[in-house]
Amino acid sequence: MPQDNSDRRLASGNEAVAQAALDAGVALGTGYPGTPSTEILEAFDALGGRAQWAPNEKVALEVGIGAAFAGARALVTMKHVGLNVAADPLFTVAYTGVTGGLVVVSADDPGMASSQNEQDNRRFALAAGVPMLEPSDSQEAYDFTLLAIQISERWRIPVLLRMTTRVCHSATVVQTKGHFAPPAQPPTFVRDVPGRVMIPAYARPAHHRLRAKLTEIAAWNETDGPTQVVDGEDDLTWEPSKGSQTLPRWSAAGEGGGLPTRLGIITSGISYEHVREAAPRARVLKIGLSYPLPIEAMRRFAASVDRCLVVEEGDPYLYEAARTAGIVVEQKPAMYRFGELNVGRVRRIVAGDVSPEPALPAGKPPELCPGCPHRNVFEALRDLNCIVAGDIGCYTLGVLPPFSAMDTCVCMGAAIGVGLGLRHALPPEQARKVVSVIGDSTFVHSGITGLVEMVYNPPATGHVLVILDNGTTAMTGMQEHPGTGRRLDHEPTGRVVFEDLARTLGIKNVLTVDPIADSEAITRVLREALGRDELSVIIARRPCLLAAGAIKIREKKANAGR
Amino acid sequence: MPGASAVVNVVVAGLGGQGVLKASSILADTAFRAGLDVKKSEIHGMSQRGGSVSSDVRFGERVFSPMVPAGEADYLVVLAPSQVEVARPVLKAGGILIHPGLVDETRLANKRSLNVALLGVLARHLDLAENLWHAAIRAALPEKLHAANLQAFAIGRNP
Repeated sequence: MPQDNSDRRLASGNEAVAQAALDAGVALGTGYPGTPSTEILEAFDALGGRAQWAPNEKVALEVGIGAAFAGARALVTMKHVGLNVAADPLFTVAYTGVTGGLVVVSADDPGMASSQNEQDNRRFALAAGVPMLEPSDSQEAYDFTLLAIQISERWRIPVLLRMTTRVCHSATVVQTKGHFAPPAQPPTFVRDVPGRVMIPAYARPAHHRLRAKLTEIAAWNETDGPTQVVDGEDDLTWEPSKGSQTLPRWSAAGEGGGLPTRLGIITSGISYEHVREAAPRARVLKIGLSYPLPIEAMRRFAASVDRCLVVEEGDPYLYEAARTAGIVVEQKPAMYRFGELNVGRVRRIVAGDVSPEPALPAGKPPELCPGCPHRNVFEALRDLNCIVAGDIGCYTLGVLPPFSAMDTCVCMGAAIGVGLGLRHALPPEQARKVVSVIGDSTFVHSGITGLVEMVYNPPATGHVLVILDNGTTAMTGMQEHPGTGRRLDHEPTGRVVFEDLARTLGIKNVLTVDPIADSEAITRVLREALGRDELSVIIARRPCLLAAGAIKIREKKANAGR
Repeated sequence: MPGASAVVNVVVAGLGGQGVLKASSILADTAFRAGLDVKKSEIHGMSQRGGSVSSDVRFGERVFSPMVPAGEADYLVVLAPSQVEVARPVLKAGGILIHPGLVDETRLANKRSLNVALLGVLARHLDLAENLWHAAIRAALPEKLHAANLQAFAIGRNP
């Protein structure tokens, strides 16, 4: 039946997380932009929450930990590979625990719509010992953000909220719940040296405390966790079931009157939605808290059906946990470990179909925008026949024709380290052709330590670093960063000046060029830098074409306010 | 029976910068205003740098997956002629293709409103009230663009 819309809204998963954070009184949201997570903090800011970009995910999580130690609620957002950067604090804040609720969003990108790998961050929850919730739509993104805060404060433990691309960027109907109970007391410093200073003597008992908490949370997840059993059409047709605690055991095929085989599917996250559509007759166990798992609920469920299949995107995480516990389940064929799942692929998984999947026509690939200032730089690198250690951003598109001017791209900040390693190992005539190329936001994220390495362990042939400074984090949709001198909400703040930073670290040759105003300049300075066995930093500065108008307005406003 | 039979599946396709995502948002909002269950899915990020863009909108009494399964779209709205063949595999047998040739672009007050004009063509096939379309168009765009886009919608809807 069509519904009344007064308390419903259509929201993306990202917007739903932001709304929940606002309703829960989250005092601080911080993170680093990364598809598909970026819009969470932007939406939180637009709703009136306090949101800020950090230089990278590690710093963001550390700031979130500090806020949570103070007793405030904090939200930290990042894409899946961002959690690699933030892993160091994550593994130890699991030991210290928190006072205010701390929710860490990991937005995974199965299928790599805009990422360099498709790692499955459910593994991080297990490895770090941090509870993880997995929403399957925007309503659950809202509900599970609130639940994450409850779990975090009840057990004084950080909680991971694992989103995936389709949950982040699909708009679905959300019913909000309005106000949520505030923290027990306002932020205040309560000293807890053994709880928060992780020297070995204090960390050893902290590890025991963590495992005890996880045992309690696992027990809670069995009885009161966000697990659902959904009857399929076969259940409804044949006999009503009494809910998750009393599952009738259906007779196997051929017994008791020749009923067909009862299929049960264990799933979580977005896969649940595909499963309900692809296999409407199956009984489904939907897991909400995917670490620590409700293993006994999984065991009961598997025993209630004739054939139990695990349908999950990415790694066989649920499957391996079930098998380790001695639960007899089937997993998807290996070919479905790659890429996103969808209704068609889940139908094939249920049918055990491992025939080659039909190839869809290739769309038009992305490219550097016409007029993009990076274009002239990549033309110069190509024409000078450079060996280019590249990095993550729009400018990674320099790898494609007509430029074909990138030779490596590994992770955020890797341009500098990889370029230095190439210089160290290659014969001098090749080493002298190596250039590291990194964007402005990426440089701040994790290129600065690479620059320190360049000063500390300079190759015999020197090195050349090009910072492509287009004044914004363009790839993720024009976010500010410390090099722009503006905050997330575009208001002025302190600015990191790349030229000053490079000179302060001891780089002798620091040059700034505008690759549009003087298209020859970049070739000239590159050729000169490559001809010297010294360290050079070239800053190619010109605002992103798509951001230039907004940047100009903001700069004008900032100058007027001075 | 729950599931696919009651759900209307629409795919909007085109190139980055053409307003694919804006069109799918307006469609999703219109169905939402009609009190239906709605899901809309799209991919952000690298694909938007001038490459192919598509967005799925599904609505009905109950929608599960946010993505239209291949070969099951009832309607395919394509904004760029070059993307028709790229997107065609999503369309079911007998599904309806809505392409730019169906709108006389010279009549548009603003050429950038082609996306909304093609929604007007789509609206001829859907059981969604005119006033809901208008409300969704107004909600999705700044006021200075309302007139041009309502005109574009009307051109598509009543050729």
